Amino acid sequence: MDNSNGLWMPPAASTVAQQVDDLYFIIYWLCVVFFFLVAGGVVYFAWKYRRQRPDQLATAQIGHNTFLEATWTIIPGILVIWIFVLGFRVYMNLIVAPGDALEYQVTAKQWAWDFRDPDGCTTPGELHVPAGRPVKLLMRSNDVLHSFFISDFRIKQDVIPGRYSQVWFQADKPGEHVVQCTEYCGTSHSNMYAKVIVHPPEAYAKKAETFCKVVVGKEHGEKLYKTQCAACHTIDGNRLVGPTFKGLWGREEKIVGMAPVLVDENYIVESIRVPTAKVVEGYPPAMPAFPTLTDDDIASIIEYMKTLK
Amino acid sequence: MNDHAAHAPGHDAHDAHDRPFYEDGKGIMSWIVTLDHKRIGIMYLWAVLAAFAAGGVFALLLRLELLAPGKQFVEADTYNRFFTLHGAIMVFLFIIPAIPSAMGNFVLPLMLGAKDVAFPRLNLLSFYIYCVGSIMALASIVIGGVDTGWTFYTPYSTNVGGAVVMMTLSVFVLGFSSILTGLNFIVTIHKMRAPGMSFFRMPLFVWATYATSILQVMATPVLGITLLLLVAERVLGVGIFDPALGGDPVLYQHFFWFYSHPAVYIMILPGMGIISEIITVFSRKTIFGYRAIAYSSLGIAIISFLVWGHHMFLSGQSAYAGMVFSFLTFLVAIPSAIKVFNWTATLYKGSISFEAPMMWTLSFMVLFTIGGLTGLFLGALGMDVHLHDTYFVVAHFHYVMMGGTVIAFYAGLHYWWPKMFGVMYREGPAKWSAIIVFIGFNATFFTQFILGTKGMPRRYYNYLDQYQQLHQFSTFGSWIIGLGFIVMTVNLLASFKQGVKAPANPWGARTLEWSIPSPPITHNFHKTPVVTEGPYDFPVEGQSVPGAGGKHA
Repeated sequence: MDNSNGLWMPPAASTVAQQVDDLYFIIYWLCVVFFFLVAGGVVYFAWKYRRQRPDQLATAQIGHNTFLEATWTIIPGILVIWIFVLGFRVYMNLIVAPGDALEYQVTAKQWAWDFRDPDGCTTPGELHVPAGRPVKLLMRSNDVLHSFFISDFRIKQDVIPGRYSQVWFQADKPGEHVVQCTEYCGTSHSNMYAKVIVHPPEAYAKKAETFCKVVVGKEHGEKLYKTQCAACHTIDGNRLVGPTFKGLWGREEKIVGMAPVLVDENYIVESIRVPTAKVVEGYPPAMPAFPTLTDDDIASIIEYMKTLK
Repeated sequence: MNDHAAHAPGHDAHDAHDRPFYEDGKGIMSWIVTLDHKRIGIMYLWAVLAAFAAGGVFALLLRLELLAPGKQFVEADTYNRFFTLHGAIMVFLFIIPAIPSAMGNFVLPLMLGAKDVAFPRLNLLSFYIYCVGSIMALASIVIGGVDTGWTFYTPYSTNVGGAVVMMTLSVFVLGFSSILTGLNFIVTIHKMRAPGMSFFRMPLFVWATYATSILQVMATPVLGITLLLLVAERVLGVGIFDPALGGDPVLYQHFFWFYSHPAVYIMILPGMGIISEIITVFSRKTIFGYRAIAYSSLGIAIISFLVWGHHMFLSGQSAYAGMVFSFLTFLVAIPSAIKVFNWTATLYKGSISFEAPMMWTLSFMVLFTIGGLTGLFLGALGMDVHLHDTYFVVAHFHYVMMGGTVIAFYAGLHYWWPKMFGVMYREGPAKWSAIIVFIGFNATFFTQFILGTKGMPRRYYNYLDQYQQLHQFSTFGSWIIGLGFIVMTVNLLASFKQGVKAPANPWGARTLEWSIPSPPITHNFHKTPVVTEGPYDFPVEGQSVPGAGGKHA
């Protein structure tokens, strides 16, 4: 999917993308024609009927012309109804998932995406799907509104606290794509990314040995960091929402309303499980809990933190 | 009643008959307690221009931050506050009041041949309410800032820190200013027209203001109620929109857009009115399809109440609701298209000159056409899914709101400047400012259509590297826009110093405001005019040229 789709559209990587792009270019050319009709008319008349002596008057006064007015009401009227019908058809294809779609659970929270596949395998920040199969996502939010957008697939749907919303797609070629949040959700809205990885069916079948298997260690920790922590914590010493991870391990941190604590295993576990328990001075109590992270996940994050001297 | 009301207190009628309204009472008090619609209009004008400058500075800061991904000079939270303030100031403090309250106040009674608006005291009150609302908006910046976006979507706005309550209350207060102005204009148009000024002899700017006023009176209360509910939820914990309290966040969006879509037409209709005036005068042509333009204003006003759901195709409303809203959205495109065709046809066989107001108007024609046409993408359900909440939407509404309303506002400002202040500005720089803004505008916002199509979401502080080139280009464009407005501002202000006196009717217009001196006297007309012809009855080659406003009694 590295071939881009010209000046306008991003790569088309889902089965519905081509329909959306066709619709786009139908409307596009219609707009181009009408734009040049109007702008061309304005420029042509402005030049042709320019005033050449100060006292020059108009050569005709035309109040209206019923035929002309009826024409430019009816023709655009028909055209827009046509676009409406096309748009609605594509929309139905975009929102009605095939009956045999694989069902995934998606949880959005400030500022990360969590995914669980039909077999219960959780992959924070990464959506692993097989190529050539329809995939339906059941989505909910833990806090505020978010919106799930994969531009390469031409799909988008708001994710709402207190109710489920859904979206579906089918990607036929293996590859990687970006999920962006498109409903403003606060400080790190613009860092709320996830990755979609479309596997060849045979590779997907071996998921227990690859993405579904958790090996405790700093590599797994780094992966989790990128998908779960990076929106708020840097590793280069800069400040985002929370303290940087650089040099955090083993440091003594001042805590709001309490004695300072040493950043060790217990502090990290507590901070992930009950983030408001001990908030570092000078930072907002903004961190949500991460119930989807297992003990192995947290152990891996700790291993990764230790490498960030 | 109006004979009294139109006086500045303490001056007798004879003086006021012969002096420009500026000289009818001096000093700050003569302005603070004035009931003259022209003075109130001028005070509104300076206020909204200040708001435009403030909103514009925030826009430039936003574009500067977006020059590259990641931090350039502010943190994410600061950026989020900037775009909220840019939106809120531009929408509530500038665009909504700009044309009706500043220009409508000054021009509308003059166009009708009236001495003032129907309720001059109410008019002054609405200006003070506007001031209170604006001060509250500024206060909310000082006491903690707001980062919710100008739409205040729940449950984020219910739970986030900052001065959300102050900001929403400020918008609530500003709403009353808008309602009172609308009410005042409706009554003025119905009851204060000069003898002979039938509805179909009213200038189209008056028709546009009439349609706008209906929207202001009918839609704004819904916004007020919605914002009060939001405040009740935040302050008292009453569950209305926040699911954690048993509310529904999508309900908020319905309420909000039930006002805010009609509000889009509150913003654009008066601009269309200005364009109708200028295009006739500078082509010395009667408007093509007067009734079609007048009725299409009302048509837009009515249908605009039924399309709010097109902001919510992805919010979780049902597919069938989406279908109905999409269909109605396409219907509302037709009256707008009719207007554009009529303006174009008006140029046909005219005698067209290109002074500054016309340059801004031609710029409007091009930019508004692009803004309108790109709405077709967003109205089509299957297309909107991809483009919703991306820069495509940002570009689209800037083409309509800025390329449309703001450009029309400055067209009107150059058109009525001689009438308002009695002085002429220099023509060359005025023309150049229109051209520079046009170029900068397209550089800034056409780029954003491409960005949005490629999937760049809006309200992003940080972005993927692949979007950087286009973002940079857009930022360069914003500097050109800034330059254009600086040229314009300096040129307009210089007109006071140069002091070139404006004639009563510098453009050869036919509407009543040009039949009286520039600037007008306090009472507007020595004698109530009697109207015997339409507002655009221009002669053709070979006929003699009558004065503005037809025969006078």
